[in-house]
Amino acid sequence: MTPASVVAPAEDPKRLADFEARIARGETIEPKDWMPERYRRQLIRMMSQHAHSEVVGMLPEGNWITRAPSLRRKMSLMAKVQDEAGHGLYIYCGTETLGVDRHDLILQLLAGTAKYSSIFNYPTISWADMGAIGWLVDGAAIVNQTMLAKASYGPYARAMVRICKEENFHKRQGFEIMTVLSGGTPEQHAMAQDSLNRWWWPSLMMFGPHDADSPNSGELSRWGIKRKSNDELRQRFVNMTVAQAKAINLTIPDEGMRFNEATANWEFSAINWDDFWRVVKGDGPCNRERLAARRKAHDDGAWVREAAAAHAAKQTESTEAAA
Amino acid sequence: MSSESRDNPLPLWEVFLQPPGGAAHEHAGSVHAGDKEMALQAARDVYARRGEAVSIWVVPSEQITASTPEDMGPFFEPGNDKAYRHPQFYKVPPGVRVS
Amino acid sequence: MSEPFFEYLLRLGDDRLVLGHRLSEWCGHGPTLEEDIALTNIALDLVGEANLVLQRAGQIEGAGRDQDALAYLRTDREYRNALMVELPKGDFGYSIVRQFLFSTYAMHQWEALSACADTDLAGIAAKALKQSRYHVRHSAEWLVRLGGGTDESHGRAEDALNDLWRYTGELFATDAVEQALVKQKLAVDSSSLEAVWRRDVADVVARATLTLPPDGYMQRGGRAGGHTEHLGLMLAEMQVLPRTYPGAKW
Repeated sequence: MTPASVVAPAEDPKRLADFEARIARGETIEPKDWMPERYRRQLIRMMSQHAHSEVVGMLPEGNWITRAPSLRRKMSLMAKVQDEAGHGLYIYCGTETLGVDRHDLILQLLAGTAKYSSIFNYPTISWADMGAIGWLVDGAAIVNQTMLAKASYGPYARAMVRICKEENFHKRQGFEIMTVLSGGTPEQHAMAQDSLNRWWWPSLMMFGPHDADSPNSGELSRWGIKRKSNDELRQRFVNMTVAQAKAINLTIPDEGMRFNEATANWEFSAINWDDFWRVVKGDGPCNRERLAARRKAHDDGAWVREAAAAHAAKQTESTEAAA
Repeated sequence: MSSESRDNPLPLWEVFLQPPGGAAHEHAGSVHAGDKEMALQAARDVYARRGEAVSIWVVPSEQITASTPEDMGPFFEPGNDKAYRHPQFYKVPPGVRVS
Repeated sequence: MSEPFFEYLLRLGDDRLVLGHRLSEWCGHGPTLEEDIALTNIALDLVGEANLVLQRAGQIEGAGRDQDALAYLRTDREYRNALMVELPKGDFGYSIVRQFLFSTYAMHQWEALSACADTDLAGIAAKALKQSRYHVRHSAEWLVRLGGGTDESHGRAEDALNDLWRYTGELFATDAVEQALVKQKLAVDSSSLEAVWRRDVADVVARATLTLPPDGYMQRGGRAGGHTEHLGLMLAEMQVLPRTYPGAKW
C-alpha cells in the first residue's frame, strides 16, 4: 500500500536513468539537483518523521529531568534531551532544503497526520528507563544513523554526520546508568532488569517491519537513502547488545534466544508485530499524551513567536523610515 | 487556536562557524529567528554547544545567491584541465625539496 | 549557627540550583526549538555553577557532605535561596523577566566575587561571570522583543515584571553573616550591588518600552529558610529517588 502523499507523476525516463546512474556511482544529490518527485517526497516523509521522532523523543526523558538522582545525572540528562532538540532541528533544516517549511511539518505532526518513532509512545516509569533508553533506544538509533550518514541526499547525510558525532555520549551515559543500577542495591538491580524487560522488544521494533513487509524499503534502498535493510540492522544491534547485557549482569527477556555458530548471529524469538502496529496506529500507552504535550508547547509559544516577528517587522519599518 | 493565521514561520538564517585554529568559516546549518541578534544567539546555542566555534556568521537564507546545477559545466569543468595550476605540473630535480 | 562562609556558599549555590531546576522544566516545552535549546543551556550553566559551589560548601563544612548530599538531603527549611528563584516557571514572559532580573544581579555578584579571598570561589566566579554575561544578553534581548512585540507580549511582560518586583529586594538585603565575611573579603556586600543593578534594569526596561514598578513591600525570608509553598513541592519531586532509596548510589 502506498500512501497518497508519495504518489507522483511519471518521470522522464532519460533523466531518471541519469539520476539513478549518479546514485550508483555514489554521487551525492544536492538540493538544487534534478531529482525524481518520488525521491523528493520519500525524503521529506522520512526526514520529517526522523525530525519529529527527535522532538517527541524529548518528552519521555524530559519526564525525569526534575527527578534525576544526582547533580551529575541531572546535567547529563538535560544535555542529552537538549541534543535531541538540536538533532530535530538539524534534520528539519535538512528537510527545508527540499522546499518545505519546518512550520508546516510541525503542523502535520500536531494534526496527527505525520508519523514519528513508536518507541516514544511507551512510558518512562522508573529512573532505570533513562538508562535503558540511552543504551537500547539510542543504541538502535546509532546503528540506523550510521547507515544514514551515507545516504545519497547531501543535507540528510551531513546532518547525520553531525548527529552521530554528538550522539556518542548518549549511549554511554545510558549504559553507565544501567551498569550502576545493576551493580547497586537489590532494588536497583530489579529496577534495571524491569526496565530492560519493558524496552527490549520495542527497541527491536524500532528497525521497522521485516524486509518483506516494509512497503518503502525497495525504493529507499535503490535510491541510496537506506543502504541496509531493516532486518540486517536489527541483527547487528542484537549481536552487539547481547554481550553488553551479559557484561552488566542483566538478562535479555527472550528465553528462545540462541547463538547460531554458522552465521555468528544471536537468533531471537518472533517479534509481536500486532503490538507494533497497534502502537503505530495510535493505541500505544502514551500516543495521546505525547501529541498533547507537543500541541501545548506549540500553542503556548504562539504569542512568543508572534512577538518576535512583530518586533522584527517594527524594526525594519523604522530602519526604512529613517533611510 | 485562533492565532494560527498570525503564527507565521520566522525567517530562515544560514549559520557559518569558524572553528578554533584559524580555519575559514564553514556552513553548519540553519536556524529560524525574527532578527539578526536572535539568529546569532540561536546559532550560538544550537551549533556551538561544544566549543565548536570562535566566530559565527548568520546570513538571511534568501540573501544567498548560488550557482545552479546547469552552471556546473560552464563554471567548473574548464578548471579541471588546467594542470599548470597545480604544483605537480612542475618538475623538480630528484632529491630537492621545494615545498 | 553554622559557619558563616558555609552559610554564604549555600545561598549562592541554592539560588542557582533552584533557578536551574525551574528553568529545566522548559526542556521539551519551549516556544521554538531554538529557544528550547537556549533555555536548557542556561539551566545547564546554573546547575553546573551550583554543583561547584555546593561542592565547595561541603568542603568548608567538613562534615563529609558532598554537593549531592547538600542538594538532595536538605529540607526546604535548610535551603537558603532567595524566594524569587523558587516561584513556578510561569509563562515564557515570566521566566524571561525573572531570568533577566536574577542574571543581572548574578553578573555583578560574580564580578565582585572574582576577587574573593577564597581562591576556589574566585575561580568559580571568574568562569560563571562569562556565563552570566550571556544570560543577561539573552534575557535582555528577549525582554526587549516581548515588550516591543505585540500588545499581548507587552502585557505579559509587564505583568511578570509587576509580579516579580516584590521579590527583588531580598537579593540586596545584607545581614550579620554576610557582613562578617565582607571584612575578610570572602563575600560581596549584597546591598552594594543594588545601584548598578537598578541602572542596568532601568536601561533594558526602557528599551523594552515597559515601566519600572514602584517599590512596595519586599518579600523576604529565603536566606533564613522561610520559603514559599512552592519550594517544598519542588524539592519533593527533585529529591524523590535519594529519599526513597537511602544510601543508594546512582
